[in-house]
Amino acid sequence: MSNKDAYWNKTKNHMIVTLVLWAFFSLVIFMFGSELNTMSFLGYPLAYYMTAQGSLLAFVIILFWTANKQEKIDEEHGFSEREDD
Amino acid sequence: MFKGDFIKNLPKIYGTYTGGFLVFIILMAIAEQAGVSAKNIGVMFVAFTVLIYALIGYLSRTIQVDAYYVAGRQVPTVFNGMATAADWMSGASFVALAGGVYFGGYTYMAFLVGWTGGYVLVATLMAPYLRKFGCYTVPDFIGTRYGGNLVRACSVFVLFIASFTYVTAQINATGTIASRALGIPFEAGVWVGLISILICSMLGGMRAVTWTQVAQYIVLIIAYLLPVFWISNKVGGGVFPHLMLGDEVARLGELEQQFGLVKNSAADMKAAGVPGGLKYISGSHSGVPEGGMAVWKYLSLAICMMVGTASLPHILMRYFTTPTVRAARKSVAWSLFFIFLLYSSAPMLATLSKLALMDPNLPTGIIGKSISEVQSIEWVQRWSEVKQVFIADFNGDGILQLNEWFMRGDVVVLATPEVAGLPFVISGLVFAGGMAAAMSTADGLVLAISNALSHDIYYKIIDPKADTAKRLLVARVLLVIIGAAGAYIASFRLTSILGSVAWAFDFAMSGLFFPLVLGVWWKRATRAGAIAGIVSGIVSGTLYLLWVFPKFSVPIFGGVNTPFLGIDHLRFGLIGAPICLVVMVVVSLMTKEPSPATQKMVDDTRIPTGKAILGKQH
Repeated sequence: MSNKDAYWNKTKNHMIVTLVLWAFFSLVIFMFGSELNTMSFLGYPLAYYMTAQGSLLAFVIILFWTANKQEKIDEEHGFSEREDD
Repeated sequence: MFKGDFIKNLPKIYGTYTGGFLVFIILMAIAEQAGVSAKNIGVMFVAFTVLIYALIGYLSRTIQVDAYYVAGRQVPTVFNGMATAADWMSGASFVALAGGVYFGGYTYMAFLVGWTGGYVLVATLMAPYLRKFGCYTVPDFIGTRYGGNLVRACSVFVLFIASFTYVTAQINATGTIASRALGIPFEAGVWVGLISILICSMLGGMRAVTWTQVAQYIVLIIAYLLPVFWISNKVGGGVFPHLMLGDEVARLGELEQQFGLVKNSAADMKAAGVPGGLKYISGSHSGVPEGGMAVWKYLSLAICMMVGTASLPHILMRYFTTPTVRAARKSVAWSLFFIFLLYSSAPMLATLSKLALMDPNLPTGIIGKSISEVQSIEWVQRWSEVKQVFIADFNGDGILQLNEWFMRGDVVVLATPEVAGLPFVISGLVFAGGMAAAMSTADGLVLAISNALSHDIYYKIIDPKADTAKRLLVARVLLVIIGAAGAYIASFRLTSILGSVAWAFDFAMSGLFFPLVLGVWWKRATRAGAIAGIVSGIVSGTLYLLWVFPKFSVPIFGGVNTPFLGIDHLRFGLIGAPICLVVMVVVSLMTKEPSPATQKMVDDTRIPTGKAILGKQH
């Protein structure tokens, strides 16, 4: 397998992991909204907290994490761009 | 100003600008104390900020094609994040989001998840690859990847429908805010808004829009957060509302029980003469509605908004402006961070505003008080005069019940500072913020449409030999025409017919999402597949919209149709996008696989290094 193919396989797997996390915070938890709402976080009902703030924050964290991880994959395979941005 | 190390000086330039704006707010506060009228303060806020944007627009003028289309691809990560956040957060987000949460509670907040979660799709599936490709516009990618003028023209068509639906609503919002702040008629406000929008974008294209959007983001975020924190501290909500409103949310639940959540009948509302567009609280703030259908409604709305976000050209094109592929990825993360600052504050503002009006223990509470007493409150009188709030005593007991208080959603943002007793300078600031939000989105949209028409239709299809001067002239003329067309439609208030901004998301996801994703992720996708996918997606989605939306279905199909599986007019992308996917895959597999040259192009798109597919000037 060429370096390019290996790189693309890793990128694809990374994409799938990111989308699984995304689906968890955007869809899966809200399938159980009424169950989650019986729990509380910071004094808020949990499902309310997640839709008002929690999932939004999770997306921000996922994005920074996924960008950093992808940069590592770039480096491993020698596809890292020059440090001039 | 834009010579030499302008890019290195950006933090200093915008730092000074932010400091200057804060000084301006303080000066206005002093002016208010000195007796300057509330109206004049509003005028000065809007005039001052718009003049600054116009100045930035003028200083960013350019005669270069890549500066005009992609800001010379030198916008640093964090600044592109701010510009995208301003591009994204519309006048509607600014003035209507908190109102939506106020009335809709948990159910409405599917929009919050949808309008943020979509950025994960942008970052993983699209932005870095489109940046590597080196296109100027979204149809430029589709036209080059699949090859041919027909597929390019089809994607321009979808872009036009989606963005134009959106832009009329934005020009409408600009007009509303300009007319309220400047005290001029709505029609005049629309044209004032349009001129402001064009000054920011015409001379410098993407470069000018980028630097004004950063300035607009700074104004709009200060204008949103300052009142939220101030009100929270004033009404005892806590120093940091985002982390400290748990008790208030619980208290709202108690008050809902105490007052009861009653649904008014349409006949009662009509008899009482409730003005159109005003709403009342009939659902729970934090409670989750029971049942599978309620869950599906929440999820389906979130899906449409997320997938739509990842297909909207005016957002995708912002990531064409970063210096590198890596910067494009990081820039998506920064964009969402800056959006998060506002979106996570909207529910807090709604909670505070709701509590201020509902809690009888607070001096601001009005529910449960006698109607004559409420009608004598100054802000209630002022907003009643302009038909933004309304009282209907259905049970005739002279006491204001929860279901008897009607209000327009915008009032939550525009009037809560006043209700909580903040000085007028804050209301002036909120006007400036709303104006910044509406203008920045309108700028991005008008530019997205006119760039696609000038680059993809005029230059790529009609006159490929046109020189730079001619291309930029055509681009600017189209910009003025598109803006004027949007303002013309907005000035007739036809937006109620054009419908919701949510439609823009559904149109975009129906026709663009899968052609974009598969263009990068599936080498086997062919030109015929893409054309068939775009056409079938947008046509089926639009037909479903006509069928399901009563205003269209009554004249066309002679009656009101029950939505299929709960997919109503806000969610019609759930019909268009899957059809687009299936048709695109089937037709691609039936046609000959793309040429080795095209496959190599896809391979090159997938790795960050190496030459872009399209040259710096193309």
